[in-house]
Amino acid sequence: MCVAVPGEIVRVENDGTAEVDFGGVRRVVSTALVPEVRPGDFVIVHAGFALHRVDPDEARQTQELFRQVLDELPS
Amino acid sequence: MNFLRDSGPSGPELISGLVARLRAYRGPPVAIMEVCGTHTVAAARMGLRSLLPDGVRLLSGPGCPVCVTPVDLFDQALYLAQEAGVILATYGDAVRVPGTHGSLGGARSQGADVRVVYSALDALALAERNSDREVVLLGLGFETTAPTVASALLRARQDGVKNFSVLSAHKAILPAMEALLQDPEVRIGAFLCPGHASMVLGAKAYAPIAERYGVPCCVAGFEPEDVLVGVLRLLDQVQRGEARAENAYPRAVSAAGNRAAQEALGRVFRRVPARWRGLGEIDGSGYDLRPGFAPWDARKRFLQGIRFEGWEPPGCRCAEVLRGRIEPPECPLFARTCTPQQPVGACMVSSEGACGAHYRYRGRADG
Amino acid sequence: MAEPVVTRAHGGGGREMHELIQDVFLAGLDDAGGGGSDDAARVEVPAGRLAVTTDSFVVQPWRFPGGNLGDLAVCGTVNDLAMVGARPLYLTAGFVLPEGLPLRDLEEIVERMADRAREAGVRIVAGDTKVVPFGDPVVNTAGIGALPEAPVISGSAARPGDAVVLTGDVGRHGIAVLSCREGIGFEAEIESDVAPLNGLVAALLASGAEVHVLRDPTRGGVAGALNEIASASSVEIVIDEARVPVAPAVRSACDLLGYDPLEVANEGCALALVAGRDAARALEALRAHPRGRRAAVVGEVREGPARVLARTGLGGTRLVDEPAGELLPRIC
Repeated sequence: MCVAVPGEIVRVENDGTAEVDFGGVRRVVSTALVPEVRPGDFVIVHAGFALHRVDPDEARQTQELFRQVLDELPS
Repeated sequence: MNFLRDSGPSGPELISGLVARLRAYRGPPVAIMEVCGTHTVAAARMGLRSLLPDGVRLLSGPGCPVCVTPVDLFDQALYLAQEAGVILATYGDAVRVPGTHGSLGGARSQGADVRVVYSALDALALAERNSDREVVLLGLGFETTAPTVASALLRARQDGVKNFSVLSAHKAILPAMEALLQDPEVRIGAFLCPGHASMVLGAKAYAPIAERYGVPCCVAGFEPEDVLVGVLRLLDQVQRGEARAENAYPRAVSAAGNRAAQEALGRVFRRVPARWRGLGEIDGSGYDLRPGFAPWDARKRFLQGIRFEGWEPPGCRCAEVLRGRIEPPECPLFARTCTPQQPVGACMVSSEGACGAHYRYRGRADG
Repeated sequence: MAEPVVTRAHGGGGREMHELIQDVFLAGLDDAGGGGSDDAARVEVPAGRLAVTTDSFVVQPWRFPGGNLGDLAVCGTVNDLAMVGARPLYLTAGFVLPEGLPLRDLEEIVERMADRAREAGVRIVAGDTKVVPFGDPVVNTAGIGALPEAPVISGSAARPGDAVVLTGDVGRHGIAVLSCREGIGFEAEIESDVAPLNGLVAALLASGAEVHVLRDPTRGGVAGALNEIASASSVEIVIDEARVPVAPAVRSACDLLGYDPLEVANEGCALALVAGRDAARALEALRAHPRGRRAAVVGEVREGPARVLARTGLGGTRLVDEPAGELLPRIC
């Protein structure tokens, strides 16, 4: 239902915004809804706001989940 | 790079493995409903329905914010732009939606000041740059978008921006899911839950629905692999006779969701009964500005005492489409008088509406 | 001293106008201009048929990453001529300028026109200026080109079995312009692809490949251009989404704004529909040209209803509709 795009924090400003790189496209987004982001963090952005900070462990969880679905589900 | 696209496991072997799993399903028949426009599009795009085993159906529910918004809201926005003389800021999604007397795009051609923005903060900045004008943001969307508008309103109050206000049509997805489950004419066996609204709500938010109604729920992402895994998790629950809230999109959605966004929502909005196109009025399904935000509430400031009828087009069966009772082609208007160029009903207006997606993806290369 | 700007006197036909013509237009165009000072230019044309076209250009903002209004005004008309297989010869330029436009800006526009005219090998031989109270600067260019007897290249000439070739990656112009527009603004490493295509088209035609249709997918993008062709030729066109070249940054910008790259405007690439058996030859000729390095076969033409389909991942197919009016950033 919503266009939400992941990007990497390039620079954190002191006014509650940060510059985010979306694969070669940069835009200033609000970080008001994701406290404590640092350069190098990946965030998911919707309508100009970062809404989620991606934890690298969560990406690994996805790998495990998919593997599990392939290997364990009864057919 | 797109982290969500590229960090997920992918590849043709994974997909063919998942499709083989899906086709091998031998459990009870079930209707799975997705309630997210991006899922509607992803499913249509990947041809998911053609991959489903016998007995498994995919329904597209009320997941497109533009589609579920009643006509009179667009009439209110048109009134603000044309009669009240405000700068009406809107997301691009709403520009072509027909109200009773035309669309915002049409009004703009006739001189109304309609500005397309990408973010609620862009609308706030517009107000700060045009301090002699009133700027009203047409606020549409579910729990993904509503917190961003809440955040802009908190900022407006803090900075004392007085010429900015919001016409809120924001909606809550959970009450709509419950309303569908309570509808005796609709039979939903499982919910594929929205990926991005769940960033805010958290995957746990669906647990009460799963338990109370015995309906499996699973949050899923939007790549073909994500959607397939989501559907497989649901089918696994159905086969085992379980009903839990699962999360197949952990790289974007946590169990508890985004606390800061939930808090912003709660500070700015209160839940009120709201009307949905196709579903009627649903308790607690609307986000209205709290009384403390009255100075930023466009309804209170510009629309007091004015009635908007809201004309629903005759013959349109969007209501049944939104409840999963019929498929888009079963509507007599579909692709005849109702097309993306000349939409009659709400579901055709947005490319992620059930009818809009069905229209775009109906052409099969092989048939 | 105040910066010199366009005034009503510049459109008045008196001394100021002559100074403008001399100092800005003739000096700026230099060898790319010419045509004399009479009321009409006298030009040499080869024997045979001519192709004639005209177009007016306006863009907000008038200066964008990779070019300005002047690039568009020359390349747009040169490309319109090239898309019927004509060799562009001469252009005219009409300027409708808002009062108060800094002369420096006008000079910048004219400079780009001169560069592009040289690049395309055409001369701008006649011109006109009008001054209006407000608005954006508008440049109209008309062009004539020498048209060979054969082949007849037309949007209605697509045939089943044709290969659909794209001469470059798509979406760069639209995204570059959008990146600097109010209310949307983002920074991107994306420049407009605006360029004259007559050299590239000449290379394609010289390869001997049987070319049926040429079309530059400007406003409405590839989706709009293919729909026009499908409708004019009464054929079904099927493309493979994955084979359409899109620069990563353009893809990212489209993700961000909810756009379909197929609907975004281009000013420096073309669609060529060539006989299927000649696809490899066409591709080779295009790739050997500096403007065609990313050329790719993206689909084919077949008998069927007049429509455009795109194969998506997993064997899905979607209808590629004609884009509806202006592109709007979506959040849903």
